[in-house]
Order: sequence, then structure tokens, then C-alpha cells
Amino acid sequence: MRDVFIIGAGQTPVGEHWGLGLRELGAAAIRAALDDAGIETVDALFAGNMLGGAVNGQENLGALLADAAGLLPAEACKVEAACASGGAAVRLAAQSVGAGIHDVAVAVGVEKMTDAVSEQITVGLATASDGDYEASHGLSFIALSALLMRRYMHETGAAREDFAPFAVNAHRNAASNRNAMFREPISGEDFARSPQVAAPIGVLDAAPVCDGAAAVVVCAREALLPAHRAVRIAAAAAATDTIGLAGRADLLTLGAARRSAEKAFRASGFSPRDCDLFEAHDAFTIITALSLEACGFAPRGEALKRAAHGCFARGGCIPLSSCGGLKARGHPVGASGAYQVVEATAQLRGEAGPNQVAGARVALTQSIGGHGSIAVTHVLEA
Amino acid sequence: MDLPRYHRLTAPYYRLEGRRCKRCGALCFPPREDCGSCRARDMEIHRFSGRGTVYSFAEVAQPPQGFAGPYMVALVELAEGVRVTAQLTDVDPDDVEIGMAVEMVTRRLQEKGPQGYIVYGYKFRPAMARRQAS
Repeated sequence: MRDVFIIGAGQTPVGEHWGLGLRELGAAAIRAALDDAGIETVDALFAGNMLGGAVNGQENLGALLADAAGLLPAEACKVEAACASGGAAVRLAAQSVGAGIHDVAVAVGVEKMTDAVSEQITVGLATASDGDYEASHGLSFIALSALLMRRYMHETGAAREDFAPFAVNAHRNAASNRNAMFREPISGEDFARSPQVAAPIGVLDAAPVCDGAAAVVVCAREALLPAHRAVRIAAAAAATDTIGLAGRADLLTLGAARRSAEKAFRASGFSPRDCDLFEAHDAFTIITALSLEACGFAPRGEALKRAAHGCFARGGCIPLSSCGGLKARGHPVGASGAYQVVEATAQLRGEAGPNQVAGARVALTQSIGGHGSIAVTHVLEA
Repeated sequence: MDLPRYHRLTAPYYRLEGRRCKRCGALCFPPREDCGSCRARDMEIHRFSGRGTVYSFAEVAQPPQGFAGPYMVALVELAEGVRVTAQLTDVDPDDVEIGMAVEMVTRRLQEKGPQGYIVYGYKFRPAMARRQAS
């Protein structure tokens, strides 16, 4: 495999973009990434997206976005891996360049959720679970996360309020990110008072429904120019686990997250101790805890104790969700994995402004789909 | 749910039919044609007892289209050691706890859709012995 570098990163603000559809959002992020890289064309486009078919009635996003972004006739296709679609698109772009198939590729993650009413979004999100044995029985995406959270609380003795530090940290970091959806800090009391949407999960445990797109341009060493502020993709790895929660021997170990992280650490030569920041898949606070444990930042059942000690806040041992994460920057589902990589790139370039993690050299990002049935992990190096 | 899909799911939905590996004896639900434990491809139909305990549970306050909430859902650990995800029924939400004994019943799963038929399948209710004792 050849070394692969990120030479361009772009994003739209995350929020409710009533005037923009899939094509406008995706094209805006792609153009921003191309401008950042100082190039006009690429060999291939990988478009990460989850709900285009189920919610927007639009598939074939490869052609849609290659056309909208002026990249015709480049090779292009949609990449779908539920909420990990954005991460999977970045992984495929890196893989194609690393394998020598393409010299320059762009990966975009894009999602347009606000075209549908919430009951339709609930149905769309549930397509990430087991259709015959979860969704068809009335299990919503949130309810499946609630099953994980209830069992975690049962086994560790944790209270609902113990999950607050993840949400408080995410909102504090989003406050200084101009692309974030929620820019108001919250307190632990706000968290405790928030209404429950699928007990024990409350509103402030969960990431919002929103729109957005983020993109990165990746290239081989031969295509690097002196003007590029390149970040190396030290590793990109993916793994899977059972589609249904009922099939997992150990419900509280996200096997796909653990295996993809192990593969990424092995391939990069880095360990959790080498990471200066972690962009986690904090769609729900319980997933944050399980992702931290899967990646080796806390032993099984210990993530909340470490969070209570400030381990994952800015200035802690491993800063988490440095730009607000899925929780507060927002979670346009199929785009989030690409936002993580765009934000980690800004950190490693020293361009994260008020959100900058001082001296960041190595960043980990992890994008998780379908309650851990699929995971994509990236290690990036300045 | 479209009719062909519903039709092919009736054995597991109505009778909790899974599979048993004829080589290693491992049980599974939902049915699969290769053994998740030993990878053998010699499986026979196994009908689960329908008795088990609540392994985890949650309340659905905002149901998806086609469902009327609120209702309780659970991961149920069947007596045979296999888990199944399902709705709970005939139970006060405040009474549900991890470890509670439950048993399978057949109930309406989804509201009558545009196709005009009702989808039935398994749910779990508190086990009868427990209900009589309380």
C-alpha cells in the first residue's frame, strides 16, 4: 500500500438547511475540499450517505454529486454503511489511492434529514438495524441504544446522570465551532432535567436530526505539492458484528469497534496512548462510553468513571469530540464519519482555532453504524 | 410489511422457530442455515419454549410509523440461553426489571397497513406463575 495523504478538507455548517438538498450540500462540501487542496478535478468520488433512498427518494449519489460538483466523468459511487457511511467513504477513497488505482480521490459524507417528518426519519434510521427481527417489532434506533444503556447501568451500577460529562463536553466544544448546530453550553443539571425520549435515554443523551456534508481530498505522495498542508492517513480499518443486538455474546463489547480499532492501531504502529485526540461516534452517550472502551481508552465498564475525572475533556488525557462531536456539532448520519476526519485534519494542521488541542500530532476517529454492527476507524498523523 | 416478506417470516414470528445445529447442538434465533458456533451447514428446525427472562429493556415513547406507542421493548434471554428482541405486553412499565420472568404470546405487531392485513408475531408478557403470585 502507498502512503495516502489528506490535502483538502471542506464542510457545510450542520443544521436545518431548508433551502439546500442533497446535491447542493454535497457539492458545497466537495467544492470546499477541492478549493482547500487547490485542485479542480479528481480521479474518483466516493459518496457516503445513509438515507438518500429511504428518506429523500434519491439514490445513485455517485452520479448526482459528480455532476453537481463538476467532476464528470470521474468514477463515482455511493457508499452505505448506516451511520458509518461517511467513515466508510473516506476509507474507500484512501484504499483506492493506497492501492494505486487512483492518484487523487475525494470522499464526501452527505445527509439531508429535514425533508421528512420525524416518524419517517425514525423508520429510516431503523433500516440500520435488523429489519425482520428488530425494526419490524417496533424497535426504534433510540430504543436499541436504550437497551444497551439499561444493561450498562445494570452491570456497572451507573446512574443516568453519570453519562452527563460526555454531553456537557460536546456542547462546550461546539460553542466555539462556527459550523456546529448547538452552540449553547449545557450543565449537568440541564442534562439531568432533560426529558426522556426512550427511557433511560434522554434528549441530551442523543445527537440531533440535521443536515450537512463534509469532504476530504486524498492523494498519493506523488501528487503532493509544497502548498499542501498534508495530513497522513496512518491507518484506515473497518470491521463488522452481528446485525441484531440479540446475537451478541457480550452485549456491552462493541466487537466491530474493537476489532477495527485494533486493526488501525496495528497498521499505524500507534497505540491509544499515542493519540492526542479522539473523535468518537457520540450519537448517544452510551455509544460514546462503549466506543471509548472498545478503542482501549478505558477498561470495560470504566468509561464513566474516567469521564467523571475529566479524562475526556479539553486538557484531559484524551480530549473527546473536540469540535462538538455528533452530539453538539450535529449528526447528519451518513456525513458524520467525514466530519470527524475533516475536524481531525484541522486539529493536526493546527487550524482548529479556539477548539485547537495544543500540539496535536496523532488523532483517532471512529464511525459506528447500526449499534456497533459496523465500524470504521482512522488514525491520522500530522 | 409487504405480504411476501410477512409470509416467509411466519414460522419464527408465530412459533418462535429457530435452528439447532445437528453437529454441535448450538441453538440460534433467528433461523440461519449455517451454525454460528461450528460453521456446519446441517441445521434442523428448533422451536423455542418461549420462556425466559428480561435481559434489558426500554420504553419507546416516539414510535416509528405503523406503531402506536408508548410501549415497552426488551432483550429477552430465553431459557435455552438464546436472546431475542421483542415488545413486552400486558405489563405496567414500572414493574419491568432485569431478570423478570416472561413468556411468549402471539399479538398484533403492526397496525393494519395500506395493504389491508395485520401483522402478528411474538411479544412477551410476565410469566403466568409470577403473575398469580403477585
